[in-house]
Amino acid sequence: MTGRLERVMDKLNGGVVRAFLIVVGLFWLVPTVGLLVSSLRAPEDMSASGWWEVFSKPSQLTLDSYQKLLENGDITGSLVNTVLITVPATVLVVVIGSLAGYAFAWMEFPGRDWWFLGVVGLLVVPVQVALIPIAELFGKIGLFGNILGVVLFHVGFGLPFAVFLLRNFFAEIPRELLEAARLDGAGELRLFARVVMPLGGPAIASLGIFQFLWVWNDMLVALVFTNADSQPITVALQTQVRQFGNNIDVLAPGAFISMVIPLAVFFAFQRQFVSGVMAGAVK
Amino acid sequence: MATPKAVEAPKAVGAPGAPTAPHSRKSVTGTRKAVAALFLLPALVLLGALVVYPIGYSLVRSLYDQTGDGFAGVDNYKALFTDDGIRTALKNNVIWVVFAPTVATALGLVFAVLTERVRWGTAFKLVVFMPMAISMLAAGIIFRLVYDQDPDKGVANAVWVGVHDTFAEASAFPKAHPGRDSPLRADGGGGFLTEEPVRAGVPVSLPLVGVAPDQMPGGAEKAVKARPEQGAVTGTAWQDFTRGKGVGTLGVPDPTELGYAGMRIEAVKDGKVVASTKAAGDGTFTLPAEADGARLRLPAANFKEAYNGLDWLGPSLVTPAIIGSYIWMWAGFAMVLIAAGLAGVPRELLEAARVDGATEWQVFRRVTVPLLAPVLAVVTVTLMINVLKVFDLVFIIAPGSSQDDANVLALELYRKGFSEDQPGIASAIAVFLLLLVIPVMWFNVRRLRREVRR
Repeated sequence: MTGRLERVMDKLNGGVVRAFLIVVGLFWLVPTVGLLVSSLRAPEDMSASGWWEVFSKPSQLTLDSYQKLLENGDITGSLVNTVLITVPATVLVVVIGSLAGYAFAWMEFPGRDWWFLGVVGLLVVPVQVALIPIAELFGKIGLFGNILGVVLFHVGFGLPFAVFLLRNFFAEIPRELLEAARLDGAGELRLFARVVMPLGGPAIASLGIFQFLWVWNDMLVALVFTNADSQPITVALQTQVRQFGNNIDVLAPGAFISMVIPLAVFFAFQRQFVSGVMAGAVK
Repeated sequence: MATPKAVEAPKAVGAPGAPTAPHSRKSVTGTRKAVAALFLLPALVLLGALVVYPIGYSLVRSLYDQTGDGFAGVDNYKALFTDDGIRTALKNNVIWVVFAPTVATALGLVFAVLTERVRWGTAFKLVVFMPMAISMLAAGIIFRLVYDQDPDKGVANAVWVGVHDTFAEASAFPKAHPGRDSPLRADGGGGFLTEEPVRAGVPVSLPLVGVAPDQMPGGAEKAVKARPEQGAVTGTAWQDFTRGKGVGTLGVPDPTELGYAGMRIEAVKDGKVVASTKAAGDGTFTLPAEADGARLRLPAANFKEAYNGLDWLGPSLVTPAIIGSYIWMWAGFAMVLIAAGLAGVPRELLEAARVDGATEWQVFRRVTVPLLAPVLAVVTVTLMINVLKVFDLVFIIAPGSSQDDANVLALELYRKGFSEDQPGIASAIAVFLLLLVIPVMWFNVRRLRREVRR
């Protein structure tokens, strides 16, 4: 009988697989842990030794860098800007995308499907294509350096995905539901607000989370369209990277603070995030 | 996706004149076109102004010179292949597109298959997927830290040097050299040799200087003058200098001076090593009688500079290093999509193959991978598009000195457009990037056309 041998092999395999996954998991965790620990050590300690020394000298841990950072007006101001950019850019994409998604799913007008396909075609347009033209446009109409300009840009580039995702989701709403509401005398706007939007909850959540993370994490668009007063945290930190060795006490805690909200959103809404990622695999 | 209804629903009220198209999802309401237009207007205006208009603008702008006044024909496009910066960027983009998506997808596949076999698979997936939620800027800062050149700071080099030193002998005395009145002379190969032959029974002094106090090996003890021993060559190798106290008695171990613990010593006769040993903690050593009449050599291995790891962010490794950080961010994406595909693979197929005596590897290679091929293709293509646009990671991780070597198209576009004031060339790069994604655009539209037409 080879049964016993196979069982031994299976066990061994199981052990190897587990060991491999543990090593890989550590490999994936260590960089982030390194940043966290670095942000919790004094700059003198950081220039003297590696962050892992903290495991033998836990007394090195201190919140000083965070305290200094939060007293730094540039950084706190840029955090406020990040919120001022991200929240409207997310809400607008959801609202405008839902309106269009509903129209594409349930209204009738000439060339509807062609218009929709046109929007889908825009899914893969790289943002880089628009940087120079829009910078020029914003310069002319006075939106350059303005938070509104960055918000608009993010809405524009968020819309193809929003329309794509929501149209497909809304199209699956049972026709009977909409007709029943219509028979009750609901107008188009009421139908949209009272029936379609609530039923579209899961898709809207996915879209909202996706767009929120996208805008919150963006650096390139903000780098081009904001100035010192309107820059978000990513750009504020980017300006510090040039002197990387000297201001790790700003960069490490700053990067960590900028990660806290996205990570919280990620852990709280994993399921929606994953379904957003799946739907967005074409983006 | 859209579920076609076999039965035509009753005609909507309030729209007596609406045409009954054979579409499954005709308007429930027979909406007036004006209302539809109102619903669509905000989206179409924004898309037109912010996405479509820039495409047209870039196309036109790429045909004009840098000031925008003179028509330049295809000059800007020629620059794509003649400008050194852009050529490096192109070359790097090819490296990125070939390696980053394939490695990320391969890892994602391996992780997805293996996590199915452990109970804590979900926790593992969470860890690997997490980097997707953070910004490329944060990831960039994280990896600047990881790739720090100093092995005492950068974890990549700390590990690398650790592994290296496990296999290669570490040298302990990188800057040691003979002081004044030393019996030692350079041997021409990085080591040192005594001028006079040594005699058994007569202790030898091998004083050196130059090792920084914090660089002394951990086992170093107070240096001791060796005792004479019959039929053996004895001696002391030590640091003939103490910070703040000077040399003391030159050529004699003083109580404050430390032995060169672990220093290698060879006895050489006519160019041949006849005996060798290592100094003890107090610097003393003993060589057998064969060493009588030989000259003592401290071989070069003692004095080599300590191995300092790899220059991750130097010109030659910077692109692979940044690709590594990208894979750290995106392997989780591949893993999650592939795991979802894997959940749809019928278990019976795998079981049947196992019952037929296939090994796990054969099952993986001949059943799992072919069944997942469509998912793998989607993941790889998605990552390829994503990689074409990579900007933040390169911008943040590559230090100023090697940013030219790490250059990619998206970065070069930014530089040309916003710091070198060459909008014509930048527009040509933009059009080029757009051309590269058009096949995918076409593919998306075709796939969807089938669905909307159902």
